[in-house]
Formats: sequence, C-alpha cells, structure tokens
Amino acid sequence: MTELPPFQTLIDEHAGDVMAVCRGAVGRPDADDCFQETFISALRAYPKLRDGSNLRGWLITIAHRKAIDHHRARGRRPLPVAEVSEVAVEDPLPDEGLWELVGALPPKQRAAVTLRYASDLPHAEIAAALDCSPEAARRSLHEGLKRLREELT
Amino acid sequence: MKQSLHRLAERASTEGLLDVAYASADSPFGPLLLAGTPKGLVRVGLPNQDADTLLVDLATRVSPRVLEAPARLDRARRELDLYFAGKLTEFDLPLDWQLSRDFRRKVLRAIARIPYGQTRTYTQMATRAGNERAVRAAGTACGTNPIPLVVPCHRVLRSGGALGGYGGGLPMKEELLRLEGVLAG
Repeated sequence: MTELPPFQTLIDEHAGDVMAVCRGAVGRPDADDCFQETFISALRAYPKLRDGSNLRGWLITIAHRKAIDHHRARGRRPLPVAEVSEVAVEDPLPDEGLWELVGALPPKQRAAVTLRYASDLPHAEIAAALDCSPEAARRSLHEGLKRLREELT
Repeated sequence: MKQSLHRLAERASTEGLLDVAYASADSPFGPLLLAGTPKGLVRVGLPNQDADTLLVDLATRVSPRVLEAPARLDRARRELDLYFAGKLTEFDLPLDWQLSRDFRRKVLRAIARIPYGQTRTYTQMATRAGNERAVRAAGTACGTNPIPLVVPCHRVLRSGGALGGYGGGLPMKEELLRLEGVLAG
C-alpha cells in the first residue's frame, strides 16, 4: 500500500484544477459549492483510499460526480434563463464567457470538454470518469467543441 | 480561492474530518510548526526541522487527514508568544501524547512537570519514570520529544551540569535556559 500524503498536499496541488472543473461544469456562481462538496467527500474517504497513485484523477472524478449531483438537484428546479445570447460574439471572449458557454452545453458534452481542457485528462480517463467508451467520450468532446465553435462564430 | 479554502477548513473541522490541524508560528529562533488533534497539541516542530517531513510523518502515524487550519492552533500560538516574551511560565494546553509510548511517554510526562526556571538530570527523569538505570533511554525520550518547548526537555541536563543535547540545536537550548534565568545572560 502506498502511503498517503498529508491531505493539504492535495489541496495545494490540485485545488485550482478542481475549481476549474467545477466552474466549467456548474458555472461560476455554484462553483464554490461544488468545490466544497468535492473536497469534503474526498476528505471523508481519504484514509481508506487504497491506491494513492493518481490523486489528481481521483479528485477530478469526484468533482465531476458532484457536478452531476448538482445538475440533478437543479433539474427539479425551474431553469434560469440562459444568458448565452447576451454575450457579444464579435468580441474575443474572455475565459469566463467561454466557461459560461461550456456550462450551457448538454451534460455529457460539457463534462467531456471540461475534463479535456480544464483538467487535461486523456480520452481514456474522460471515458472512465463519464462511465462510457473512449469512442463515446471522443464523440461527446467533438460535439461539444463543434457547438462551442458555432456559438463563438 | 483563499476564501474557499478557509471555508473548507472550517467545514472539515465542524464535520469531524480534521484529524490533524497545523499552522506555523513565529519564534525568536525561526518558524515553528504546530500540529494539533481534537485531543490537543500533538507535535511542535522546531526551526531546524523540515516541516514537510514532519507533516508526512503525522500523515503516516496519526492520520492522513492533515490540513492547514491556523485557527485551531491559536491558543498554542498565543501561549508560545507569551513564553518567548518571558510573560508565561506555565503552559495551559491540552496535549495529545499519542506520538510517544511506554517508558518514553512516562519520561516526557515527568518532564512536563519540571517547573519553569529549574533543571533536572537525565538520571532523575529515568528514576521518575520508574527505572533509575535507564538513563540512556531517558535521553532518547528527550531527543525524540514530539512536543518540545511545551514539554520542556530543554530543562533536562547531564549530571554534573553539562548541557547534554537538544533537538533544536544546543544554541537554542542555551538561549531557552537563559530566557528562564537558569543560565546567566
């Protein structure tokens, strides 16, 4: 069994990535809730974690699940009006605006785009996180990017 | 991000998930590392000891749920500040003794009762802990004291008055004894 490093190390090294995933997946206003839920869940499970070799991947996967939980809970509430149309498309988009667009994608596409570009995960890990085949992950990513390109041009 | 991390530490604490809280504290000798469990202060790292190594050791021996949470160490930090300023002669802090066992723990508990400004010998400490011949073991107990300063192993000297050793280096031991008025300034 690998010895687990102090949990603070995970925070120091990966908090930025986890926050990026949360922002991409649930949008900026709810990102902190997703972030808190992710690290509290991780902290709860941490002492019993068997394999400490890919802690970053582990955290990203938890963040993704928390984002899905968030959307499920939100699905039962009326959806706020999308603000996407208010973005001035002729201007180069700042990152924040881009992430808002990502946040507006259908769940699988959003997750695939976020995991690929915010978390830098390879296709195989995206597939594992989304619980689908690598081809399906690649397709979701492709569809998501296509849609973003359309929104941006 | 800073606010998110602060919120996280608070929540971890209220949900009982903060097994080891740590913080650094200033001292005249350099930065100290303070670590506490819900039971009390469990570890004080001296300036010459590597903080990362100490944290890894805590993760292995106590729990990997180790988080930076300065608020949980406020009281210890305050008492140490007063001690270094010469305004506090007796610490009133709950201690967690789990990093020392058996004979060593007995020795350290006896050391914890040596009053400010007084010294004892390793032989006396061995005797107090129940084995007058285990002088060397008493020395080892001092050398591996997980809570130095608060458990004042700097007040233990060799028979005959030689300083003996100190985990934080001999100059620090001398300085502490000077602060307490044992050695002439």
